[in-house]
Amino acid sequence: MASARGTSRLTLWVVSSAVVLLVSCVLGLMIGPAGPQWWRIPLELLDRIPFVNVDSGIADRDWTIVWQIRAPRVVLAAIVGATLSLSGASFQGVFRNPLVDPYLLGVAAGAGLGATLVFALGGSRPTNWLIDPLPLVAFGGGMSAVFFTYMVGTSFGRTRSNISLVLAGVAVTSLATAVQTFVLQRNNDVVRQVYAWILGRLSSATWGDVRLVIPYVLVSTVVLLMHRRLLDVLRVGDDEATALGTNIRRVRLIVVSAATLGTAAVVAVSGLIGFVGIIVPHAVRLVVGASYRKVLPLSVLLGGAFLVLVDIPSRVMSDPAEIPIGVVTAFFGAPFFLLLLRTRETTQ
Amino acid sequence: MTVLGFCDLRVTYGKHVAVESYNDILYSGEWVCVIGPNGAGKSSVLRAAAGLLDYSGSVAVDQKEVPATSARWRAQHIAFVPQSPLIPLDMTVQEYVLLGRNPYIPYFGVETAGDRGIVVDVLQSLDLAGFERRYLATLSGGEIQRLVIARALAQQAPVLLLDEPTSALDIGHQQHALELVDRLRRERGLTVVSAMHDLTLAGMYADRLVLMHEGRSVAQGSAAEVLRPENLAKYYGVSARVHREPDGTIVVIPNRGERN
Repeated sequence: MASARGTSRLTLWVVSSAVVLLVSCVLGLMIGPAGPQWWRIPLELLDRIPFVNVDSGIADRDWTIVWQIRAPRVVLAAIVGATLSLSGASFQGVFRNPLVDPYLLGVAAGAGLGATLVFALGGSRPTNWLIDPLPLVAFGGGMSAVFFTYMVGTSFGRTRSNISLVLAGVAVTSLATAVQTFVLQRNNDVVRQVYAWILGRLSSATWGDVRLVIPYVLVSTVVLLMHRRLLDVLRVGDDEATALGTNIRRVRLIVVSAATLGTAAVVAVSGLIGFVGIIVPHAVRLVVGASYRKVLPLSVLLGGAFLVLVDIPSRVMSDPAEIPIGVVTAFFGAPFFLLLLRTRETTQ
Repeated sequence: MTVLGFCDLRVTYGKHVAVESYNDILYSGEWVCVIGPNGAGKSSVLRAAAGLLDYSGSVAVDQKEVPATSARWRAQHIAFVPQSPLIPLDMTVQEYVLLGRNPYIPYFGVETAGDRGIVVDVLQSLDLAGFERRYLATLSGGEIQRLVIARALAQQAPVLLLDEPTSALDIGHQQHALELVDRLRRERGLTVVSAMHDLTLAGMYADRLVLMHEGRSVAQGSAAEVLRPENLAKYYGVSARVHREPDGTIVVIPNRGERN
């Protein structure tokens, strides 16, 4: 009976978070420079639902702006936010450390190095290529960095401790960053491009980007969500989880791989968007408690909603240059988080 | 019937040998206390049996050797109560005890109604009924101790390992916890191995004491046989009197240094 109550409460949270995500996406479609009047857009969306007929009065040309420019950006923001939040929450669970983000084991540094190499070697004309090498190389860089970290980190000793893994991540991150800095110094002309990439952006999002990341993100999300019960078992520590019949190494390997796959994919198309992977899971924890059965699904939905909402001001305030999304997430996220922390402290 | 067997158990940390050729056979419902000075290897024996340390030799339950690779099989047969369990304060009592069902739940599975039923039964038998929705942060030290034992019982394993179960408790809660374990092993036929520092309590509750020194079992038998002043002097380096109460209880009283 008690459990039934818990389950229905979780359902309520999931449904309301899904509504928040949906509303955020509609808002994201409605607001932006150029395009049709904002109030006509929900009408047009309704019209697109089968068997519903509403005359929104939007011209096809205007709808193209919404559908080809705003929509992929909104969808990509939702995917990126959801993936970074879910990966962050999973990393925090598997390392039992609340300060960990999905970039812990070097995925960001590896992807950054990959992107730097593309800019430096490809010069200023990577568009001449048949396919854009940037996301592929960034993805490959991120995955190889974590693979390297894992190989090195688990080869030391046979202890079940995860300290050596984390330290190996620190070392690999420093190494990749050092190489990146070296390459940058030799190629001063691309510093600006690389810097813009590092700050993250959604501005150039296309449906192609969405199609590119969807397979990786789907696999990552499904695998991570299926670990929600096991991440709860890990909350009692490695030793006790082992004594309770959990193969810690296997859980850690699978969770780290899945989270890295998703993170590397979204980093490849959107650059490094910091902060989301830490702040969203923590905000969720502050509201619903630390059980990963709630934290994981709600991080997906609210992480998506958060990035869609935060992307709106960065689009509107695009004069003279668009503000990098990473700056906006921190600018709006940090005060919100502090407020949440404060209310939580005072109510306890 | 034999329930738990240790055969030539050996545990090493690098070059240091923590446990050397440890052998023992325990019967259903038997309670063995492993005693010995710090670093004698008591905890290492328990932690090896719980699968937390690599070891050579074998540990067998119901005459089947525990496979080194299956944490799941081990947890279905051996439940372990650590010395200082890690308590996630915002977990509920029900969630915590449900962790004991982990060895029976498939990798990607979730708890069944059967698992929840077992948790209800366990909580009832430990006088924790009605605590299901309470957060661990709101429980007292004695209640936490019972809760950790509840989680171990939810594993429904025939063997229960207790590492220093009473070291953090006051004298009243020590008595409660040990009486509880005694009741459970009588009611459920659990085989209990506990590492203990308090020699008097160990002698009172155990069927048999095993005294370890530098990784080896050096004496075993009843309290009267093991807790002798010469053993205590030789292995603990302590001068102590051993006093026998009228009911047969052996009480160990250390002497003050200056008065030797």
